Amino acid sequence: MPTPTEHGRPDPETTTLAHSRDGRPVSDRGDTVCVIGAGASGLTAVKNLAEHGFGVDCYERETGIGGAWNWRHDRSPVYASTYLISSRPFTQFPDFPMPDDWPDYPHHSQLLSYFERYADHFDLRRHIWFGTEVVRVEPVADDRWDVTTRSTGGYGPERTSRYAAVVIANGHNWSPKLPRYEGLEQFRGEVMHASSYKDPAQLRGKRVLVVGAGNTGCDIAVEAAQQASRCWHSTRRGYWYAPKYVFGRPADQVNDTLLALRVPLRVRQWLYHRTLRLTVGDLTRFGLPKPDHRVYETHPIANSQLVYHVGHGAITPVPDIGRFHSHSVELADGRQIDPELVVFATGYLPRFEFLDAKILGDDEGAGRPRLWLNAFVPDHPTLAVAGLVQPDSGVFTLSHWQAVLFARLLRLRATRPDRAAAFAKRVRAGAGQRYSGQVKDSTRHWFEVGHADYLRALERALRNLEGK
Amino acid sequence: MSVQTGERVRVMRSWEWARPVRPVRREVLSALPELEEGQPPLLFVPGFGHGAWAYAEHWLGHAAARGFPAYAVSLRGHGGSDPAPEANLRAYAHDVVQVAAGLPRQAVLVGHGAGALVVAHALARYPARAAVLVAPVLGGWATFGAALRRNPFGTVPAVFGGRLRLSRRQLFSRGLPDADARRYAARLGRAARRAQWQLLTGADPEPAVGRPSVLVLGSPDDRVVPSSALTRAARRYGSAPLLFPGMGHDLMLDARWQEPIDAILDWLVKNPTRDDRA
Ligand SMILES: Cc1cc2nc3c(=O)[nH]c(=O)nc-3n(C[C@H](O)[C@H](O)[C@H](O)COP(=O)(O)OP(=O)(O)OC[C@H]3O[C@@H](n4cnc5c(N)ncnc54)[C@H](O)[C@@H]3O)c2cc1C
Ligand SMILES: NC(=O)c1ccc[n+]([C@@H]2O[C@H](COP(=O)([O-])OP(=O)(O)OC[C@H]3O[C@@H](n4cnc5c(N)ncnc54)[C@H](OP(=O)(O)O)[C@@H]3O)[C@@H](O)[C@H]2O)c1
Repeated sequence: MPTPTEHGRPDPETTTLAHSRDGRPVSDRGDTVCVIGAGASGLTAVKNLAEHGFGVDCYERETGIGGAWNWRHDRSPVYASTYLISSRPFTQFPDFPMPDDWPDYPHHSQLLSYFERYADHFDLRRHIWFGTEVVRVEPVADDRWDVTTRSTGGYGPERTSRYAAVVIANGHNWSPKLPRYEGLEQFRGEVMHASSYKDPAQLRGKRVLVVGAGNTGCDIAVEAAQQASRCWHSTRRGYWYAPKYVFGRPADQVNDTLLALRVPLRVRQWLYHRTLRLTVGDLTRFGLPKPDHRVYETHPIANSQLVYHVGHGAITPVPDIGRFHSHSVELADGRQIDPELVVFATGYLPRFEFLDAKILGDDEGAGRPRLWLNAFVPDHPTLAVAGLVQPDSGVFTLSHWQAVLFARLLRLRATRPDRAAAFAKRVRAGAGQRYSGQVKDSTRHWFEVGHADYLRALERALRNLEGK
Repeated sequence: MSVQTGERVRVMRSWEWARPVRPVRREVLSALPELEEGQPPLLFVPGFGHGAWAYAEHWLGHAAARGFPAYAVSLRGHGGSDPAPEANLRAYAHDVVQVAAGLPRQAVLVGHGAGALVVAHALARYPARAAVLVAPVLGGWATFGAALRRNPFGTVPAVFGGRLRLSRRQLFSRGLPDADARRYAARLGRAARRAQWQLLTGADPEPAVGRPSVLVLGSPDDRVVPSSALTRAARRYGSAPLLFPGMGHDLMLDARWQEPIDAILDWLVKNPTRDDRA
């Protein structure tokens, strides 16, 4: 059974009953908005919708809040040593700062406690149904939505409720993306995706191959350098390994100083390259491949330790994997290595199984929605996705403003339909727009946005909507 | 009585992100009700020169006795908080938002004097449940003119970075025993130079977030804040001021301190919550 929190929502039986297309009873939730997921993005959606006067029902399949940052959750991608990569000012919600005596880059356990405090401070839990999974979301007449839930794990009956609007905040960093390789089935060693990596003890004393140099791959390679008996790090291209501090300050704060001065991207890239060259130097001397792109054209890596351990010889950089054999791995350059454990830190893919892919404009079913501002859905004015962004900063500021914009849009639908209609037009025209400079073609960049470009676009949308 | 939302919302804050306010140790005094009665926490913000002590004299205890968890912060450089000679209004507002966000539940912000201006700035960065501006000094040249007329010798030096001097006569009514008035006046400190200057020249506060109701109150006999300023401040938030004739500027310390705090608490009890207004 679902576990309602103290207050819970009113008993659906007391509301008018409608029926779904296939005749199942539907409890009508009136003007209430449904939020899917109580991670950071879902929480800020609940808070901002409630603040704008909406009733909110939030469904969360886990038993607690925090999503990815609740590392006890089975699907949490966070491991024991995860620290933020975006410094505090870029990571906190804009209207609920983290304590200023916290470190520049807090630990994941601090982040969870921050979200817990946010939920308590704004009394959000009374809106949340824990242990309840959304299994279907279907559009019905008048831009309303039928949302079907059941208790996580599939026990108990399904229930369907009708909502005025839906915010999808289900996260996009929990469903592993696993590459295929010839011979992988015969490989006798242990293979895992980074999503099941939790603790350095899993590496201790082993010969480990880490694949991928996103922030996850780099963190795991650094831990393997200290715990494993051997560490190879395989990447299919060269990257810019940026330190967390430059010029005595968190690197993102230095970057935003330049953004505030409106220094153009090309100049910022040049300055960045120059700074790296003067500090860490040319990485090809360690056998790392030369980057095939400029900085900011792949998702930024913030890791001061990777290069350090490469310099110690504790990490051996190797190229892409060619194929697997039963006891060895053949690299693209023909070399053979013999890891006991292979960790695929190859990233994640979004999943929206509860929704017809076409609704999000993903007509080919490739898994990539086509939205405006990564959030608004053409021809579905009462549906929004929150948190489907991968910024060069923290996600939460962006989710917050997405929620504010959606809440104001919903309010204006009643009071100023002309403005809402103009907004819908912009959504249709702008679907698929990007908010970053050029990026390398990879699924990992589907949702890449430059935080400044993105927030400026969102600010414009907000002002246009309100006619200011 | 909800805030006008005529102004534009700001999303991008590159400078603020790039240059975070320096953290300091802040003094927070509190008085908590014996039984949790479900009332929102109150955060009292003192005006320039005052510290949390000014509320600890009477108001904190009284609010707690009426069931409200009551806290008062000393802005940096004031009371028992760390010194901060370089502070500006942004740093003061930061102090308020930091303490408010650290409270267990969404707080009501209460600012007195220039502390009301600090609260007005903080309201743009923290969705307070409601706000109360007590004898607010919202800044600008009109405030300066009034101060100059009433207290030229105390005001002029402040323009040149000196200390803004407020006399006992300005702060308290004759009803307050002289010994008390002297004791309080002796505890007054000073705000940072830049913050004082920003009282005159600083930008207006950005629009409040989260649609808080705002109550303005003061005394028509206040010798720092003229009635016209009270009316102007209240109008800005779409209401009229509540007046307590016969009192000095420091309503929380003056002889009849209980009347204004009771009025604030009554207003909070009656003030429709957001859910009802929806
Ligand atoms: C190792 C790692 C480190 C990271 N570090 C940073 C960082 O430093 N800064 C940063 O900003 N971002 C970072 N991220 C990105 C991270 O994804 C976001 O910080 C954040 O978790 C996004 O929040 P969210 O609410 O959008 O998604 P999630 O945190 O994934 O939350 C989604 C929630 O929805 C629930 N849910 C999903 N489907 C359903 C359903 N069908 N029914 C009911 N509930 C459902 C889930 O249980 C979950 O609670 C990191 C990611 C990883 C993998
Ligand atoms: N706060 C933190 O400390 C922290 C830690 C970890 C992650 N994160 C965040 O979490 C998100 C996910 O990060 P992630 O590192 O898990 O994933 P990611 O950024 O998607 O990186 C995946 C890595 O694997 C490589 N890869 C993918 N498919 C491959 C294939 N088929 N063959 C070879 N290599 C392949 C990618 O190479 P290409 O570049 O060639 O595609 C990339 O190097 C990011 O937003 C990241 O910033 C934050």
